[in-house]
Amino acid sequence: MTPLLQVKRIEKRYGARIGCADVSFDLYPGEVMGIVGESGSGKSTLLNCLAGHLEPDAGQIIFDTRADGPVDTVTMSEPERRMLGRTDWAFVHQHARDGLRMSVSAGGNIGERLMAVGDCHYGDIRDKAIDWLDRVEIDEGRVDDRPTAFSGGMQQRLQIARNLVTGPRLVFMDEPTGGLDVSVQARLLDLLRGLVREMGLSAIIVTHDLAVVRLLADRLMVMKDGRVVEAGLTDQVLDDPQHAYTQLLVSSVLQV
Amino acid sequence: MIELKDVSKSFTLHNQGSAVIPVMAGASIKVAPGECVALTGASGAGKSTLMRVIYGNYLAASGQVFVGGLDLARAEPREILTLRRETLGYVSQFLRVVPRVPTLEVVAEPLLAIGCDKQKALDKAASLLARLNIPERLWMLSPTTFSGGEQQRVNIASGFAHDYPAMLLDEPTASLDVQNRETVLTLIEEAKARGAAIVGIFHDVGARDRVCDREINVSEFTPGVAA
Repeated sequence: MTPLLQVKRIEKRYGARIGCADVSFDLYPGEVMGIVGESGSGKSTLLNCLAGHLEPDAGQIIFDTRADGPVDTVTMSEPERRMLGRTDWAFVHQHARDGLRMSVSAGGNIGERLMAVGDCHYGDIRDKAIDWLDRVEIDEGRVDDRPTAFSGGMQQRLQIARNLVTGPRLVFMDEPTGGLDVSVQARLLDLLRGLVREMGLSAIIVTHDLAVVRLLADRLMVMKDGRVVEAGLTDQVLDDPQHAYTQLLVSSVLQV
Repeated sequence: MIELKDVSKSFTLHNQGSAVIPVMAGASIKVAPGECVALTGASGAGKSTLMRVIYGNYLAASGQVFVGGLDLARAEPREILTLRRETLGYVSQFLRVVPRVPTLEVVAEPLLAIGCDKQKALDKAASLLARLNIPERLWMLSPTTFSGGEQQRVNIASGFAHDYPAMLLDEPTASLDVQNRETVLTLIEEAKARGAAIVGIFHDVGARDRVCDREINVSEFTPGVAA
């Protein structure tokens, strides 16, 4: 099986400071990988490099495209990369307002991404939008409301619908459950897991919540000071951490 | 089916003066299809550690851990995940589920994960829950609110949903009443009859004597203690 994504020695520097360095991994179709580490450990920098929002200073990010097979997304042209960003990739931001158009209706938010890939029949777009609102458990009657009128949890679910409507193969998520209260978080986790299963998605999830990765991620990467200090099967890394930093991280979690 | 060759395990506690605690050395066991082996030994002797090494959530320090031909001590995460989906089942003592998912789906999950037809998976889940005496009115509720014994039975139901060729059972009859204990022992006997290789921890001596073919005392593998 060809990996969906092959990351080879990615490095990003901010001047003399390391954002992330020497990060390599393969992600296979259907796999969910979690990236954990404290703030400033480089996990968001890495995610933004992978998703094409930041240009890495060194390394390769090879994505298995539908049309041309494995292609290095670092060296591809900007329009090509943006097309990938609209079709095969999705990016779920921590703050829903970064990923939504707040002045456009919920239906419009979902429809916009469909139009970007060439859908132009209003009825079809509206039907798909309503179907997706239903899948993320937002009442159909809210389709013409703006996201400003939604609660935080609903905004996050709308953002997920907007991202997944085009049937992407790889989803990047930056703290998707951060800032939500726990009951809303549980609902979102359940939803995400179901969608990953149904659509056969691969996903890379950045979070600092170890409980979230235990439930969602097959594999785990632990970052500290811009480097990967440990990687492996999620339950192995959490149950039998090898690196000093991971041991500290795991033992610092409060028991409920 | 399950074979350990000279496996050792130690924990290095980096944040407590880098203390190295050796917990297991020279562990070699072999379990054939259709065979059930009980791990015995005092509390802390390393029964659960050995199980976790076989399941792959503990990393063996040295040696080889073969399950269905795959060496877990060296395998890639995705190979281990495939093995756990298709070949190696684990009934732990604790139920770990995504909140809000109905019990019926929790139990059907291992079947859905291997691509089984949804209706078939739900039917199998329903029959297991019925055998384990979980009242039907609870099936559409999340098991997170269930009693300890009910959670344990949901856990067992999900562990036996798919016919794994190799199974690990961590005290499967703990906190069960007589009738449910009988059902679980029957499930284990059925699994053996279809050729599953089973490694289990049973504090319940009666249960152990009934379903297990052999016992392995893990104190033999405890470093520093003469076997």
